[in-house]
Amino acid sequence: MLIASALGLAGIAAGLVLFALRDSVVFFYGPAELAEKAPAPGTRLRVGGLVEQGSIVHIGANTISFVVTDMAKTVKVTYTGLLPDLFREGQGVVAEGTVQGPGSFRADSVLAKHDETYMPRDVADALKKSGVWRGGQPPRGGKPSEPDQTAKR
Amino acid sequence: MIVETGHYALVLALALALVQAVLPLLGSLRRNDALMSTAVPAALGQFWLVAYSFMALTYAHVESDFSVRNVVENSHSAKPLIYKISGVWGNHEGSMLLWVLILALFGALVASLARNIPETLHASTLAVQGWIASAFLLFILLTSDPFARMTPAPMEGHDLNPLLQDLGLAIHPPLLYLGYVGFSIVFSFAAAALIIGRVDAGWAHFVRPWALMSWLCLTLGIAMGSYWAYYTLGWGGFWFWDPVENASLMPWLAGTALLHCTAAMEKREALKIWTIFLAIVTFSLSLLGTFLVRSGVLTSVHSFAQDPTRGVFILIILTFFIGGSLALYAWRAPTLKPGGLFAPVSREGALVFNNLFLSAACATVLTGTLYPLALEALTGEKISVGAPFFNLTFGPLLIPLLLAMPIGQSLAWKRGDLLGAAQRVTLAAAVGLGVAMVSLGVTRGGPVLAPLGMGVAVYIILGALSDIAIRVRPRAMSLSAVAGRARGLPRSTWGMAVAHAGLGVTLLGLAATGWGVERIVSVKPGETVDLGRYQVNLVGVTPRGGPNYSEVVARAEVRDGGRVVATVEPAKRFFTTRRMTVAEAGIVTLGLGQVYISLGDSHDDGSIDARMFWKPLVALIWIGAIVMACGGALSLSDRRLRIGVALRSRLAPIGTSVIQAAAE
Repeated sequence: MLIASALGLAGIAAGLVLFALRDSVVFFYGPAELAEKAPAPGTRLRVGGLVEQGSIVHIGANTISFVVTDMAKTVKVTYTGLLPDLFREGQGVVAEGTVQGPGSFRADSVLAKHDETYMPRDVADALKKSGVWRGGQPPRGGKPSEPDQTAKR
Repeated sequence: MIVETGHYALVLALALALVQAVLPLLGSLRRNDALMSTAVPAALGQFWLVAYSFMALTYAHVESDFSVRNVVENSHSAKPLIYKISGVWGNHEGSMLLWVLILALFGALVASLARNIPETLHASTLAVQGWIASAFLLFILLTSDPFARMTPAPMEGHDLNPLLQDLGLAIHPPLLYLGYVGFSIVFSFAAAALIIGRVDAGWAHFVRPWALMSWLCLTLGIAMGSYWAYYTLGWGGFWFWDPVENASLMPWLAGTALLHCTAAMEKREALKIWTIFLAIVTFSLSLLGTFLVRSGVLTSVHSFAQDPTRGVFILIILTFFIGGSLALYAWRAPTLKPGGLFAPVSREGALVFNNLFLSAACATVLTGTLYPLALEALTGEKISVGAPFFNLTFGPLLIPLLLAMPIGQSLAWKRGDLLGAAQRVTLAAAVGLGVAMVSLGVTRGGPVLAPLGMGVAVYIILGALSDIAIRVRPRAMSLSAVAGRARGLPRSTWGMAVAHAGLGVTLLGLAATGWGVERIVSVKPGETVDLGRYQVNLVGVTPRGGPNYSEVVARAEVRDGGRVVATVEPAKRFFTTRRMTVAEAGIVTLGLGQVYISLGDSHDDGSIDARMFWKPLVALIWIGAIVMACGGALSLSDRRLRIGVALRSRLAPIGTSVIQAAAE
């Protein structure tokens, strides 16, 4: 009886996990992968890369757009809300939100993480994938990594 | 010189830990008193050596000795003293040293306080603790030496990560470690019991205070960490389902389950084999947490540096202890005699229910935490598993647990009366339902979950208290008789009621988040923003200097109607050494709610971006955790569990104290 209820509960938990994994998991793509896999508009994703130099445009109050690049492909991201303190041009960024169309993305949270020499591991990997990265290791300075900074809308 | 002696003390501590790991174990297997008696001095000596080593590192940090690499990388001569001290554990090497210090502290406490325990169990528990200490001391000495020198010594340090320069961080890691690492002693007790091959109610009696103490610290540590994240990260959230948070939540869930089933084991000698298993699992989850946080597989504010050799080393320790203890369990558990029988509807049955749901909830958290790592390792796909996943899995599993809690609490041991128990909580349930209906009606069109959560929370709080009320006043009695009965009630009963009510209080705070107001605005000085029932008026923005930063401070008045009820000063700090900007949220507590303002960029026209929140009842989230911890402390002070009793009865023959414990 005890074992039966334990198994039953384990089954329910497993079912919940599988159901949730199917619906509420968010994939991470670099711009190149995004172009290649072309997910349908409305798909929830995380997109990461570098913020392209000179691409930040302020559109009205608290809304900006910027271009995320992995030096091979780019994606245009719009975001309404406060940006993390470390968000800057030429620096690594991870944006979470929904796909609008080919090469266009609407973020509802933006995560920036870097110091002068460090960038998010996800971004470093995406850059490596697109062939921009040449070294074997992500660059590391003498300093330990900086913390994540996330901004949510 | 002091730095070198600190390093040397650590090497000596390792030598003593190895002695502690081997000799007492041999002694308890061969029933050799001389060998077993080495355990206590070894444990005490190891603690003092590690403590000396920790003091030496603290000294280097306080004195800003920039010939030590660890100080250079994490300190700055202009840093305030409190952060020079907390900076000792604000980095990988120092935090591992703190970890081992607390490990040794628990060993030393058991060595000196818990002497009423049968000698074989005492010696082999300390031996297992010695194994863990040896592994982690070796880890520090081989891969994370905090005392490494740097030549030439620079003139100035790199400063501590600004987010970590905070009072919350000075307290959060030691508290969290006291909980996390405290479960090591419970693990050692379990492994020792398996080695000796004897588990009885006495075992649960010895283990319970340690489990309680660890659970209490872990509860406070998690709450502190969550509050720290809430006010430093600047976007008003307090729990992000970040893997690092999950790493501390999992031992908490398993530890909570453990706490409940040791109660069943102590009182009724039931669930013995399961209790031993949970003791192993709880500390294994602590080890897993240490691995996730310290190895660099996760990138977060906690992963100070990425070094693959460290990850592999911790993985080896992890495999050795988890694999070893589970193998020991599989080998010895079948030889243990199953304990007391009970009907499905009974206090024991309720505790089984609690354990099943807590374990299942813990398993879903584990899955959500490890799945992305496994998927990336296997397929290279990167995913993030966030709040939606946990809301869908953890949430539904928690609801039956919460609903059953007050009922289980009022069931009798061995054979309970479900109808009677249900009747005892009727009043609580009715009031809870009433609260839910009324708030649903008042906030018509608002969020639905918030009123329902409120109802459940009220039901839990009243349910916890009504159990006490019925015990104290079963029928019409005079006030003094009631007071007498209240005093006569065991402290552990009070502790349970208070802890359960604390969970209800936390739930109240969580439910009320549904009514929060959030605004993202650009404001100029003089402008006013509506924020729920309050209006926020930006008075001015001024620059200001600090010890190792410069900051821009916005001064804002919070008005209720025309009246100014509070002023808030959110700031944006620029830390010169690390060239890092950190928003310092301005928070003011009004009643139990908080107005929370966090600054963004300033613009040329004099306006500044800001995020403003009104969070009703938010303080209850953390107050509830403190109440839970108070419940734990009350139980801990129960005279049957008090460790001091162990001291006093040390002279009594060991046999009688075990029998007494079993009789209780």
